[in-house]
Amino acid sequence: MNFDFSDDQKFLKDQANKFLTEKCDLSRPRKVLENKEPHDSDLWKAIVEMGWTGTTIPEEYGGLGLGHLELCVIAEELGRAIAPVPFSSSVYLATEALLLAGSEEQKQTYLPKLASGESIGTFAVSEGAKPATVKSIETKFDGGAISGTKVPVPDGLSADFAVVLVRTGASASEQSFSLAIADLASTERSVIDTMDPSRQQAQIEFTNTDAALLGEQGAGWDLYRRVLDRAAILFAFEQVGGADACLEMAKAYALDRYAFGRQIGSYQAIKHKLADMYINNELARSNAYYGAWALSSDAPELPTAAAGARVSATQAYHYASKENIQTHGGMGFTWEADCHLYYRRAKMLGLALGGERAWKEKLITSLEQRNVA
Amino acid sequence: MDFEDTQDEAQFRSEVKDWLKANATPRSGDNRTGRAEQSEADLLAEAKVWQAKKADAKYAQITWPEEFGGRGGSPIQNVIYGQEEAKYDVPRGFFDIGLGMCIPTLMAYATKEQLGRYVQPALRGEEVWCQLFSEPAAGSDVAGLRTKAEKDGDDWVVNGQKVWTSGAHYSDYGILVVRTDPNVPKHKGLTMFFLSMKTPGIEVRPIKQISGGANFNEVFFNDVRIPDSQRLGKVGDGWKVALTTLMNERLAIGGGGAGPDYHEMMALARELELEDGPALRNALVRDKIADWYVRGKGLQYTRYRTLTALSKGQTPGPEASIGKVVTAPKAQDLASFAMDLQDMGGIMMDDDASPGSAAFQLSYMSAPGFRIAGGTDEILRNIIAERVLGLPQDVRVDKEVAFKDLPTGR
Ligand SMILES: Cc1cc2nc3c(=O)[nH]c(=O)nc-3n(C[C@H](O)[C@H](O)[C@H](O)COP(=O)(O)OP(=O)(O)OC[C@H]3O[C@@H](n4cnc5c(N)ncnc54)[C@H](O)[C@@H]3O)c2cc1C
Repeated sequence: MNFDFSDDQKFLKDQANKFLTEKCDLSRPRKVLENKEPHDSDLWKAIVEMGWTGTTIPEEYGGLGLGHLELCVIAEELGRAIAPVPFSSSVYLATEALLLAGSEEQKQTYLPKLASGESIGTFAVSEGAKPATVKSIETKFDGGAISGTKVPVPDGLSADFAVVLVRTGASASEQSFSLAIADLASTERSVIDTMDPSRQQAQIEFTNTDAALLGEQGAGWDLYRRVLDRAAILFAFEQVGGADACLEMAKAYALDRYAFGRQIGSYQAIKHKLADMYINNELARSNAYYGAWALSSDAPELPTAAAGARVSATQAYHYASKENIQTHGGMGFTWEADCHLYYRRAKMLGLALGGERAWKEKLITSLEQRNVA
Repeated sequence: MDFEDTQDEAQFRSEVKDWLKANATPRSGDNRTGRAEQSEADLLAEAKVWQAKKADAKYAQITWPEEFGGRGGSPIQNVIYGQEEAKYDVPRGFFDIGLGMCIPTLMAYATKEQLGRYVQPALRGEEVWCQLFSEPAAGSDVAGLRTKAEKDGDDWVVNGQKVWTSGAHYSDYGILVVRTDPNVPKHKGLTMFFLSMKTPGIEVRPIKQISGGANFNEVFFNDVRIPDSQRLGKVGDGWKVALTTLMNERLAIGGGGAGPDYHEMMALARELELEDGPALRNALVRDKIADWYVRGKGLQYTRYRTLTALSKGQTPGPEASIGKVVTAPKAQDLASFAMDLQDMGGIMMDDDASPGSAAFQLSYMSAPGFRIAGGTDEILRNIIAERVLGLPQDVRVDKEVAFKDLPTGR
């Protein structure tokens, strides 16, 4: 049994941690949040220079040609730092979609630019405040062009192109959907208000926007699911990193703050809360590790592992971020304190690929399928 | 990252498989063992036979050194054996306390001669051991115990009472922690001994549990004489010695044995019809199973991380400490919900009428004990908060005060 990251991967994680501690203290996500910037472009440049955007892109397309395990450790550190950059959209989603379904020509067009940071990609699915289902998605692809409105699209203003879930058939079945890839320059884009402005989201109007299919026509829903599964594991590492940061922050405050003549960290109500954070975080970390294994080995268990990692990480970050505020008392509810940065990011990450309810449903479905097989 | 056995591990696994195949019966499909109907005496006799077989094959305590009848094996080998044995219908449970806690404490503190005398019979299941720590007034706060021992020549004379002593009624020996000095603060006045449960002056009275069984006992000591040679550690060092035992306890109890899990729950939900079809199609049921699944699997993968550290010769991280506090409440909630699904019929606890031979009902009735034994949910959270996260201890009113001057309640 070898259920751990290698020494090299741990070294990479340390490096990422040092880099982000230096380049991305909490004033960075705060600045993007307060100024409503699309993202922190200095930090993004620095990240690109580190080569992280090309982590899993093969060398022939200008990437580093490393594996997903390397990407997992980077994700954890980005999550810890609540980095205000379009990394998840461009790397976990757009890059993964291209690696999974792109034609040779599409790979050659997009991957080198993604690796070099010349281009930022995103993944456009949602069409409003409701789950994306075979009934609810209306955006169409017809005659080489997309029409419809996608909202919210993560990093929609930063992105140069998007992989879009589109309808190519009329019926409410999975076979009616495809993925298409489109440059966003000619679309109409506006910033949309969200509960986590440290990661901007946009509304994108496609009006006969030139696009090309990514993967087979009719294979879109299946590809969408597969991209989501892969991204869920990388998101889980971001979530675990964030949840860990909440625990550290709550712990530091519990040691510093005195009430009734002693440290609040000596009261059991606080101690047990923090112990529960620790327990949830460790369970989430272990589930994420399992996801990392499934992703890196392309195991048949991937859908189950992804859903397990996703649910566990969403629960852990939610708990840690809300109880971190509680541990801080009134101070925790101020704009000035950093607690809300995590609280926002926790919920945003927990919804971005679909919420806990939907992922629990996927988890049980995958368990049923495995049991039948 | 992988879950593959190394070449050595695969080799060991195949040896274990062969041995089990030749020596034990595989579990039946419905997990029925028929053991519920057997008397405890019969079960113990059967367990002793099986334990001797395991000892002969050197599978009884794989990680113990060869001089003690182990094979100097790795913790991974131990796990491999456990995984394979779990596929077989073999008697379990009688020797865990002795081999998991008592004998390791002896190994740390007893003389060579004593080890020569006691280790083998314990390993072979010929002599059963129990742990005499908890008292009516001292459970979580076990250092507050009152059973006292006074020196008389080369002997110590013990008077007092222990309680919740699992297996005392069939045990041959026990390790016993007592107060030898009430004039110093409580942790400093304790001393550890081992003794025969047949020593005159010991009286064992079984206590009936809510689960209906009577596996734990009250143990009374009336002028029980223990030779000083059976002392483990120095006089006044009993707390330190007890910590050795308790550390092993957490390793022993963290393991499994938690009754039905998500798998059994899925099986039930697949069979059971609710108002709107099979329970497994019901959103609430699916939601709950998902919760238990991620906690159960999270724990399993946490164990894999611990094992990985062990197999690399590293000390496992503190994550190893979360086991029981996750498993025990989960077992209780899961059992309760499974009974809920059975609706009015969930009341029944009947081998034939209740699904899974009433496994959920049985688990529902044993889970409360699981949440208490070997450190309560609350104490385990304190331990995580203090030892893992480094938060301060509670205000302690008992640290600098002589034991005899401490306030007491019920
Ligand atoms: C099935 C079973 C088998 C057992 N087998 C053995 C055995 O073989 N040998 C043996 O020596 N003992 C055994 N025990 C005893 C067991 O170790 C104790 O029951 C346990 O440590 C709790 O102690 P207590 O019962 O005195 O409860 P208490 O310590 O009185 O606890 C009562 C309640 O108060 C809470 N509490 C206590 N202190 C604190 C604190 N500091 N902070 C927060 N909450 C607190 C507890 O969590 C619990 O909820 C067994 C118990 C059970 C249930």
